[in-house]
Amino acid sequence: MITRKQLGVIRADLQVIADMINSDTRLLDVGCGDGALLDHLANFKQVDGRGIELSTEGVNACVSSGLSVIQGDAETDLKDYPDQAFDYVVLSQTIQAMASPKEVLEDLLRIGERAIVSFPNFAYWRLRWQILTRGRMPVSRTLAFQWYDTPNIHFCTIRDFVILCEEMGITIERSIALDRDGDKRRVRSAMFFANLFGEQAVFLLSKQK
Amino acid sequence: MIETSVPECIDGSTDKSAEESTKVALPGKSVLLGQDQPLRLDCGAELAEFTTAYQTYGKLNAEKSNAVMVCHALTGDQFVAETHPISGMDGWWSQIVGPGKIFDTDRYFIICANVLGGCMGSTGPKEINPETGKSWGLDFPVITVGDMVRAQVMLLDHLGIDQLFAVIGGSMGGMQVLEWVASFPDRVFAAIPIATAARHSSQNIAFHEVGRQAIMADPDWCGGDYLSQDKNPHRGLAVARMTAHITYMSGSALHRKFGRRLQDRKSFTYGFGADFQVESYLRHQGVTFVDRFDANSYLYITRAMDYFDLAAEHDGVLANAFKGAKTRCCVLSFTTDWLFPTEENRQIVRALNAVAANVSFAEIESDKGHDAFLMDEPEFHMVLSGFLNGSAVLRGLRQADS
Repeated sequence: MITRKQLGVIRADLQVIADMINSDTRLLDVGCGDGALLDHLANFKQVDGRGIELSTEGVNACVSSGLSVIQGDAETDLKDYPDQAFDYVVLSQTIQAMASPKEVLEDLLRIGERAIVSFPNFAYWRLRWQILTRGRMPVSRTLAFQWYDTPNIHFCTIRDFVILCEEMGITIERSIALDRDGDKRRVRSAMFFANLFGEQAVFLLSKQK
Repeated sequence: MIETSVPECIDGSTDKSAEESTKVALPGKSVLLGQDQPLRLDCGAELAEFTTAYQTYGKLNAEKSNAVMVCHALTGDQFVAETHPISGMDGWWSQIVGPGKIFDTDRYFIICANVLGGCMGSTGPKEINPETGKSWGLDFPVITVGDMVRAQVMLLDHLGIDQLFAVIGGSMGGMQVLEWVASFPDRVFAAIPIATAARHSSQNIAFHEVGRQAIMADPDWCGGDYLSQDKNPHRGLAVARMTAHITYMSGSALHRKFGRRLQDRKSFTYGFGADFQVESYLRHQGVTFVDRFDANSYLYITRAMDYFDLAAEHDGVLANAFKGAKTRCCVLSFTTDWLFPTEENRQIVRALNAVAANVSFAEIESDKGHDAFLMDEPEFHMVLSGFLNGSAVLRGLRQADS
């Protein structure tokens, strides 16, 4: 039987990230989980990939399948990497769990020429609706935790993230919002709609020259 | 495993001389090196001629690309995957080396050499000094981990192998692996240092010193000259082994294995015999160790570990040791290893990251302490196997035909 992995099928947001990456490049995946993105990029784009992952299960799964992954905490271990060591540094669905997202963002663009950041959009209409109608912290597919046990401590909206990039002098090369069905929407041409209908967003960033 | 024969004291009943206990014709291979180009040691001395005893498993392929160097730990030897010629025990890493195992001998060519300074056939203090015709004893020059690795490189040259597919080792074996990556990066495709450190900690030096003092306090040590006086400081060496053995296990593993259970008795004897199982076990470890190990070798090899400090050799910056290394590295540590704790291993990872080297790192959950790397630890074996296979694919090594 041919597996989804062999066909190159990965999660919709990871596919959007993968599409932003050129072949034969060097990449660091921060919070790489079970290594799905690294594996996909190694097989389909000949990317020389590395990963950092906090969970033991994730690291073991990655190394066991031949990926170069270290067990570590992005917030302390990114400091060890030299400047501009990679073409891309990816941080997918993790920035909202960081204690100092701004510093992490700075590190990503110090280590890599480009950074790719994806995160759940807190201004997604279903979340707004839950707060508005139920008056409770939203729980959804992308934010599947109660307020007291969530690892997500720094929520932001697409608009917030764009503003932070402006403040930090970061160039947004590409920005894509994904709706519930994984359909893509360009953020910049229609910020209002992207921020309302985007369940999550993927940004390709670089330092302003 | 609890031994039923309780040594009531480590003095033991058999008082074999070292000559007797180790004068067994050892299986395996042996080669005389350094004849063309002497081995210059870190201490300044030169070894113009020295023997390396080694063992190999599997076949070197036509491209000579499937060689794996296994580096043994302090008291290990070249008998990785076969019954030990003296102790009769299984090879120390037969769990993972053999046909169909992680280090599949149908796929890889495994080499393991007894370290320089060792006592299983390689030149060391026990062997004959060609200049005097007597055992070297303390006249043997002090050797370092770097010297051990340079001797291995000479063996590799002798075997006509340019690049090892992999080099692997735990504990002192891991130190050798790091030395390989730092000094001969082009000759190693993949490196797996396990439960080790880039420098020996003061705590570990302290434990070694206790062991050495135990040996040297034994009157039969004779200032290191016991071989020519037909003596053997086996009591001192046994105590050294007992101390060291405690450091190889975690407190919880010791407790799980022995608790406070008594050995073959229902109550205390109100004396100093081995009342507790843990005492009996340790004494057994000590007494059996002296049959296969030389006391002076123990002094020299522990010293080599103490002197190991890879950063110091590179202007105090460990990362400098790995600059430009293209070797794929996989560092592994164990949660309850307090001899070479995860933090020490992580420092190696940090240094490799600092030069953007290709590195994997996993901390394996185990309650078996430092010795976990020698045990049946499924998670450890899974990660090891994954890294090795991934590397083999990149190196273009085919699966063994089955």
